[in-house]
Amino acid sequence: MANTSYEVGKHPDLPPPVATVGVVGWVRTNLFSSWINALLTVGAIALIVYVTTGIYGWAYLRADFAGESRFDCTSGGACWALIGARFSQFIYGFYPVELRWRVNLAFVLLFVALWPLLFTNAPFRRYTLWFSAAYPIIAYILIMGRFGLEPVETAKFGGMMLTMIIGVTGIAASLPLGILLALGRRSDMLLIRILSVGFIEFIRGVPLITLLFVASTLLNFFLPPGTFFDLLLRVLIMVTLFSAAYLAEVIRGGLQAIPRGQEEAASALGLSYWKSMYLIILPQALKISIPGIVNSFIALFKDTTLVSIIGLLDPIGIGRAALADSKWQGLGPEVYVFVAILFWICTFAMSRYSIYLERKLETGHAS
Amino acid sequence: MSVAELSTGGFDIRRLWTDRRYRSLLFQLATLVVLGVFIVLIVNNVIQNLAAIGVNYGFGFLSQPAGYDINQQLIPYDSTSTHGRAAVVGLLNTLLVAICGIVLATILGFIFGVARLSPNWLIARIITVYIEVTRNVPLLLQILLWHAVIIQLPTARDAISFSDTIFLSNRGLTVPAPIFGDGFSLVPIAFMAAIAAAIVFAKWAKREQEKTGKIYPVFTINTAIILGLPVLAFLAAGSPLSWEVPEMGRFNLRGGIPLRPEFVAMWAALSFYTAAFIAEIVRAGIQSVHRGQTEAAYSLGLRPNRTMRLIIIPQALRVIVPPLTSQYLNLTKNSSLAIAIGYMDITATLGGITLNQTGQAMEAVMLMMSVYLSISLLTSIFMNWYNRRIRLVER
Repeated sequence: MANTSYEVGKHPDLPPPVATVGVVGWVRTNLFSSWINALLTVGAIALIVYVTTGIYGWAYLRADFAGESRFDCTSGGACWALIGARFSQFIYGFYPVELRWRVNLAFVLLFVALWPLLFTNAPFRRYTLWFSAAYPIIAYILIMGRFGLEPVETAKFGGMMLTMIIGVTGIAASLPLGILLALGRRSDMLLIRILSVGFIEFIRGVPLITLLFVASTLLNFFLPPGTFFDLLLRVLIMVTLFSAAYLAEVIRGGLQAIPRGQEEAASALGLSYWKSMYLIILPQALKISIPGIVNSFIALFKDTTLVSIIGLLDPIGIGRAALADSKWQGLGPEVYVFVAILFWICTFAMSRYSIYLERKLETGHAS
Repeated sequence: MSVAELSTGGFDIRRLWTDRRYRSLLFQLATLVVLGVFIVLIVNNVIQNLAAIGVNYGFGFLSQPAGYDINQQLIPYDSTSTHGRAAVVGLLNTLLVAICGIVLATILGFIFGVARLSPNWLIARIITVYIEVTRNVPLLLQILLWHAVIIQLPTARDAISFSDTIFLSNRGLTVPAPIFGDGFSLVPIAFMAAIAAAIVFAKWAKREQEKTGKIYPVFTINTAIILGLPVLAFLAAGSPLSWEVPEMGRFNLRGGIPLRPEFVAMWAALSFYTAAFIAEIVRAGIQSVHRGQTEAAYSLGLRPNRTMRLIIIPQALRVIVPPLTSQYLNLTKNSSLAIAIGYMDITATLGGITLNQTGQAMEAVMLMMSVYLSISLLTSIFMNWYNRRIRLVER
């Protein structure tokens, strides 16, 4: 009613203009705030529609999901039959079928062992941590077959199982080594410092694949004649050294961020070098470097794929072996997309965990 | 360990352990001994092992004929050339894909990094998804996927053409080839002269500004000089440049520069992978400059344009350049994955076929490693120099 009059200051609050709140307001500010943004939005929608329909058509609508060879795939889209036919190889490699329960058990136990390590509020953490410490031995016994279990040679390892073995071992072994290297690089002992710097810079200066070539072709030259060294073990050593050098640099960054006063205060309290590192410096330094450390772990996990180049049968190696089979020749993207999804799940979970950890460790006084 | 404590009494054998200085010396000495023994053992083993399989150590194999073909050569090479030349061809291929990759990855990375901070919700989201997917999938898979997709493209006969100048087929990408006529050398000379002129003008403008306070549009004028002078020289020389556009033959494309599928796959995969990392670096760099900086610049009366150029970008670059350097190095090292799809870089020639043919594993791997080490060293020296420069400008 137009002629209603109010006393001064008594007018009821009006709702905000429609164009600034709710869905309409959101769309206006976030998608169509200027003509150039409107143009970009329309372009982006077109791109999304184009890409998703293309992928949907290839991966689902025109795809074949079952078959014995590529000639059963007649629809013109993706030929997922290959994945179905070789699925167990992608996971276990050539590990004997009747023994695969051991791998499964080790995999499940991995999460039991990781639980108290990853989440400080896990129940019974004091006891389960002992299990975590023993896990490497348990996993070794289960997977390799020791103490009465039927032994399996490492040449039969493959698929995601091999990736997990290299990734988990590399991560677990490279962290302590990386910490030692970082401390060595900041040591006041000249020789130790030179050795650490030389090692770190050398490893960071060459591609991982050359180190893997060393593992596959050269390492046997360095050993006494007649000694045999398992290829997987050689690869594990190289991957660990490689990752340790990168970790050392990340941790050094964290160490440099700790004010000198912390170390001096620790000395003043009479703590020895190792005690002051263990109790004062490293807890602070590692906390700062967590994002970098997890990024290094993700990089390590992705780098495990390189072992397929020197002939180990990780998921890529399995995939390429399948593609070389005359039954499946001519395919390609299907295998790589499938393996990419497998890896993406693992690495994405790791990066989410890193974000969770950063939030949890945020005490508010670190700038 | 105060001075008084150190100076009391004579030398006591227990000091080797209780005095920090002697202990550190002792420890270093022990390390040196262990290291020495280790090296002697290794060398001894190597000598014995080499003698056992009867391989002679030495780099003589580099001058022997290689006997294999390389499908992409920047310098003349055939199967009668030496292993040494094959290694050089491989090295050039490595450098080619690394440099092309660095250029494209930088361009894409800066675009994506800025786009991720775009006020447009949809654009920012698309870029986020792209970055999360690309960064979390192994590069080797991406290279293989690009390659697999490219070799499944239509054959050269039905190549996908972009306005009939660039053709994409399962033989790779065919682009027009430039043909330089007489007098084209004038253009690079003019370009050099333009850069010199631009530097002189910038210095003069700075002096004038300090003297009189008058601000000259240095950036605009210098851009005009650097772009304009070569164009003028080009026109003055009578446009001595033509393009040989690839033509569709009966079965194949004729003319132009064919980029092989392996090269295209490597280039695309390296660029798009590294671009995702660079985008995150650029975003972090831009976000690291505090809002207060912009506000302070505005309150001093600077225009948005100058604020960006004088206040924001110099500070953001200081954060961006060091990690950018390591991304460039990563890209160069990652180019060694080319061996997986048969792009003949130095890893595939020297570390692959040459190594397998001659059996000189030790020498081949050592050469390969020193090549990559030198590339890394040179790149980081250059980027450190650049980093110091922008620091000086900033402070």
